[in-house]
Amino acid sequence: MTTASSDFTPHALSEEEQTTVGLGAPPVLAEPSKTVLSGRGLIKTFGKVVGLDGVDIDLFPGEVLAVIGDNGAGKSTLIKALTGALIPDSGQVFLDGQEVHFRGPQDARQAGIETVYQTLAVAPALDIAANMFLGRERRRSGPLGSILRMLDKGGMKEAAGKSMANLGIATVQNMGQAVETLSGGQRQAVAVARAATFATKFVVLDEPTAALGVKETGQVLNLIRQIKEKGLPVILISHNMPNVFEVSDRIHIARLGGCAGVITPKSHTPTEAVAIMTGATTLQKG
Amino acid sequence: MRRQSPLQRIQHLLHSHPALSPLAVLVISFIIFTIINPSLATPTPLSFIFQQVAVIAALAIGQTLIILTAGVDLSVGAIAIVSMLVMASLSAQQKLPGILALIIGVIVGTLCGLLNGLLVTRLRLPPFIVTLGTLSIFTAIALLYSGGKSIGRQQMDPLLSWTRTPIPIGTFTLTMGVIIVIIMALIMSFVLSQTAWGRHVYAVGDDIEAARLAGIRVNRVLLSVYTVAGLIYGITGWVAIGRAGGASANAITNGNLESITAVVIGGTSLFGGRGGIVGTMLGALIVYTFNQGLSLAHVDAQWRVLAVGLLIIVAVSLDQWIRRVKA
Repeated sequence: MTTASSDFTPHALSEEEQTTVGLGAPPVLAEPSKTVLSGRGLIKTFGKVVGLDGVDIDLFPGEVLAVIGDNGAGKSTLIKALTGALIPDSGQVFLDGQEVHFRGPQDARQAGIETVYQTLAVAPALDIAANMFLGRERRRSGPLGSILRMLDKGGMKEAAGKSMANLGIATVQNMGQAVETLSGGQRQAVAVARAATFATKFVVLDEPTAALGVKETGQVLNLIRQIKEKGLPVILISHNMPNVFEVSDRIHIARLGGCAGVITPKSHTPTEAVAIMTGATTLQKG
Repeated sequence: MRRQSPLQRIQHLLHSHPALSPLAVLVISFIIFTIINPSLATPTPLSFIFQQVAVIAALAIGQTLIILTAGVDLSVGAIAIVSMLVMASLSAQQKLPGILALIIGVIVGTLCGLLNGLLVTRLRLPPFIVTLGTLSIFTAIALLYSGGKSIGRQQMDPLLSWTRTPIPIGTFTLTMGVIIVIIMALIMSFVLSQTAWGRHVYAVGDDIEAARLAGIRVNRVLLSVYTVAGLIYGITGWVAIGRAGGASANAITNGNLESITAVVIGGTSLFGGRGGIVGTMLGALIVYTFNQGLSLAHVDAQWRVLAVGLLIIVAVSLDQWIRRVKA
């Protein structure tokens, strides 16, 4: 996306920096007014354990930002602090340039941030349409809806079918099918489709391919591209370097509760990313 | 579509229509009992089944709600008894107007349910333990409050035994109590299948974490479920006065386990998230059809107990099998 890449300017590595691969300068922080989401100086401690050590992060319009890091590097804590699941001890979060204070995941949802959790937040016995609209069911119009509070089941099924089709998910046809009868990849597709349908600001995907086979992983990566195409930025948390390098525009490397740097799939190789992630190489501070 | 074996097709069918298996059991057992003694299929025994089943069926409506959330309520019968005794004694001893005694009795039942709900959601105790405790507490309260004495319906306002009023429907004779239970079942069935609240009840029982992450206020749903169940038990107390012809602390002591039996035989999963009121009503009817059928077949009453025990095991095994359904 051309608009997206121009927005990256503050972050993109200059020609000469790119020649010193693996030693790129840490990004200059963008003005929060130019980002969809910005975290500044986020700190979160759990007793003596430092979860976040003053982390800065930016998400630009239309991009896929990968967050990678070793176990315990602070990926999840960072994402939770940004989406209201955790309240940071200090630091600021800006959404579209406005400072926000989420007190819970519900606040973030209301602000247009949708998260697909690693644990697949779908109710297995409910059907696809019911899962898609879980927690924000639509009621029928007229007295059937206002007085009898009847659900608009037909309307929700139709809408669910449309959003699945919009994302190019063709393997699931019957929206009245219980989610537990779906394969792992199809379930993930339902969860991602739900997030993409209701998000207005951005979508967070937490290890979306961790439990999937090769083919299904490919389908989920396609979904991520589709969401990007719709103009929604995506934060992708993943361990899987090939996946990250395939779909992301920029890569935020979490390390020891901080940020070891932000790279792009063009500026660095997966091996270098792993080296930075594990501390074998450090990005030279500019 | 992939080819499915006939067995898989049955599994899928039962998976999407959980009330089918109890329906089949009811129809088959009814046919068998009618072959053994054709007089079962006559209005009198059938009317009798309906009148007999009313109280358990009513308790089982509330029990279904709670089991759908992956809980269980051992205090159902005790709550109904407390409500029943409160309304009876307010009318018989305090001479309160019937309607007021009825309303207060039902409110007491609702508050008992609310207490269960508060203990489950605030103290985060397992429903089994909470209701095991409140079963004893409510039973003791009922005994202490009534002094162990029963109150005959002649001593109370006629409104409280109004539920025994016979309603002739063709050659059948139902009672007002039966009609009230059917109406409660229809309302709850509608609410569960057609409203967002109903859907949230299923979601909470199905996967509580998924429900929470989807933004459902899980504790609020649980609290409302236990409270609505209490309301239903309170109304059941009223139905039970009509059925028993009075109020007594020993009236519905079998209600706790029999209501769970009806729910489980009716195809609602003890693990929560699937099943419904229709199945429960069929399950309650199955128990009492066995009751009536075996007694008309002149079989020792203990065989009924044995048969119901077998049905429970079969029903739960069937549920386990249906849960393993694959795409």
